[in-house]
Amino acid sequence: MTKFLQRWTVFAGLVVVWQVLGWLADDPFFPPPSKIVTAANEWWVLEPANFTGHVVPSVVRLLSGWVIAGVIGVSLGLVLGRSDRAMEYAGPLLVFLRSIPPPALVPVFLLLFKAGTSMQLATIVFGVVWPVLLNSVDGARSVDVTKVDTSAVFRIPRWQWVLGVVLPAASPKIFAGLRVSLSLSLVLMVISELVGTDNGIGSQLMQAQREFDYTRMWAGIVLLGVLGYGLNTALLAVERRALAWQPRSRDEQHA
Amino acid sequence: MSNMLEVADLGHTYGDHEAIGGLSFTVRAGELVCVVGPSGCGKSTLLRTISGLVAPSRGDVSLHGSHLAVVFQDYSRSLFPWLSVQGNVEFPLRSLPRAERRARAAEALEWVGLGGAARKRPWQLSGGMQQRVAIARALAYRPSLLLMDEPFASVDAQTRFELEDLLLRVRREHDTTVLVVTHDIDESVYLGDRILVLSGSPARLVADLEVPLPAERDQVTTRTDEAFVELRSKVARLLNVGKPTMDVEKWAAAERESLSETVSS
Repeated sequence: MTKFLQRWTVFAGLVVVWQVLGWLADDPFFPPPSKIVTAANEWWVLEPANFTGHVVPSVVRLLSGWVIAGVIGVSLGLVLGRSDRAMEYAGPLLVFLRSIPPPALVPVFLLLFKAGTSMQLATIVFGVVWPVLLNSVDGARSVDVTKVDTSAVFRIPRWQWVLGVVLPAASPKIFAGLRVSLSLSLVLMVISELVGTDNGIGSQLMQAQREFDYTRMWAGIVLLGVLGYGLNTALLAVERRALAWQPRSRDEQHA
Repeated sequence: MSNMLEVADLGHTYGDHEAIGGLSFTVRAGELVCVVGPSGCGKSTLLRTISGLVAPSRGDVSLHGSHLAVVFQDYSRSLFPWLSVQGNVEFPLRSLPRAERRARAAEALEWVGLGGAARKRPWQLSGGMQQRVAIARALAYRPSLLLMDEPFASVDAQTRFELEDLLLRVRREHDTTVLVVTHDIDESVYLGDRILVLSGSPARLVADLEVPLPAERDQVTTRTDEAFVELRSKVARLLNVGKPTMDVEKWAAAERESLSETVSS
C-alpha cells in the first residue's frame, strides 16, 4: 500500500496543481482535468458509437500492426541472428531501412495502399518492426557455445533447436524489443490516422483541434496516455510470467 | 570385448596451430577410459572431434553404436535455465512418446539421487547437483558412449569425490562405456580402467596404461593403495610434471620403452 502511495503521489499532486491552475487561469487552451474528464465521459461513454467507431478501430490497428511486426521481427531476427553470412549480407540494408523515419514513408504507403487500414498497418509495421528484429538478432546470437554444443551432440530436431533453445534464450531481449515497439506503435497509430482517414483517435484529435474544441483535444491526448500506460502494464505482466524462469540474482548467488 | 570407439590417426589443425597430431586408440565396450594431459594440450579438441562437433583435419573416428552423449565441464551453461530439472533430462528425448520420456527421465534422476528435485529449476540447485542433472540427462539418452569433458573440474573437492563415486556406480550398474577427459592425474587413476596419457601441444599419445585396481574403489583406501600411488607417479612422470624444459618427445619415447611391460597397445 505504501508502495502504491509512493508511486502515485507525485502524479496525483500534479493533477491537483493542474486542476487549481486551470481554474485560476480559466484559459480555453488549458482546461482543468475535471473538464477534460467530463468531455471524455460525454464523448466516449455517453455516446458508445464514438467509442466503437474510433477508439476500438485505433486499438485494433495498433495491436494488429504490433503483432504482425512482432511475428516478422522475431522470425526474421532468429534466422538472421543464427547465420553470420545472412547478417553480413542483410546488415547494412537493415541499418539503412531502420534509419528512415517511418512518418516519412506515409506518402509512399498512401500511394501503394491508398488511404485506409492497409496503409495505416503498413506504417505501423514498418515503423515498429526494427526494435523487435534487431533485438531478436541480438538475442539469437547470445545463445552460448555450450548450449549450441549440447544441442548438437544430442542431435535434436531443427524445430526443437529453434523453438526450444534459440527462442527461449533470445526471449529476454525479444521482450525488450517488443516493449519499445509497443510504445512506438501508439505513436505511429496516431500519425497514420492524421492523414486520409475519418476514424480513429488520431483523426478525432485532429478534428477537435480544427474545431477549436481544446477540451476534447486534451481528452484525446489523455486517452492516448492511458492507453499507452495500460498496454505497457499488460505487456509487463505477460513478460514477468513468460520470463519467470530467469534466475533471480539472489538465488544465483545462493547456488 | 568388442570395441565401442576406434580412433585412427586422428589429427586436427586450427590454421597453422596443430592441436592434435595423429592419435590412435580404441575404447572397448563397457570400459571407462581417462584421457589425461597437460592443460591446453588439445584434450578438448579431441573430445570435440570424437563427438562430431568439429570435423577433424585428418584421420577417422568410428563409433560402434548409434549415439553418444557429452557431459560438459560448465554445467550451468550446459543446462537450460528455462526448463525444469525434469525438462532438462527429457530434452534429448523429444522423439519418444511423452509417457516413455517421463519414465526415462524420472528413472535417470533416481540413478543420480535427484528424484526429489525434478520440478526445480537447475539454477536452484548447488553446482554438484547441477552436474548430476547433466549426468542424468546423458544417461537418460542411453548413449553408446558417454563423453565427459573435465566433468568435475568446477566443483569443490568434497563434491568432486561424491561425483566420482556416483560416476563409478552408475556406469557399473548400467554398463556404460565412458571416456573422461581430465587434467587431474589422481582423478584419472581413481576413475579409469585405462589411462591414455597425452603429451603437450600438439597432443600425441605418450602411453596407454591399464589401471591395476579392482573395480570397486573407495576414496580413502584406493587412494592409499600402493598400485594407485605407483601409477599416479608414473603418469605424473609421463606428463613431465615439474620438468617443463625437457624435450617431451624424446623423453616420452624413452619413458615408453622403460614402461613397456605395463603398456598395452
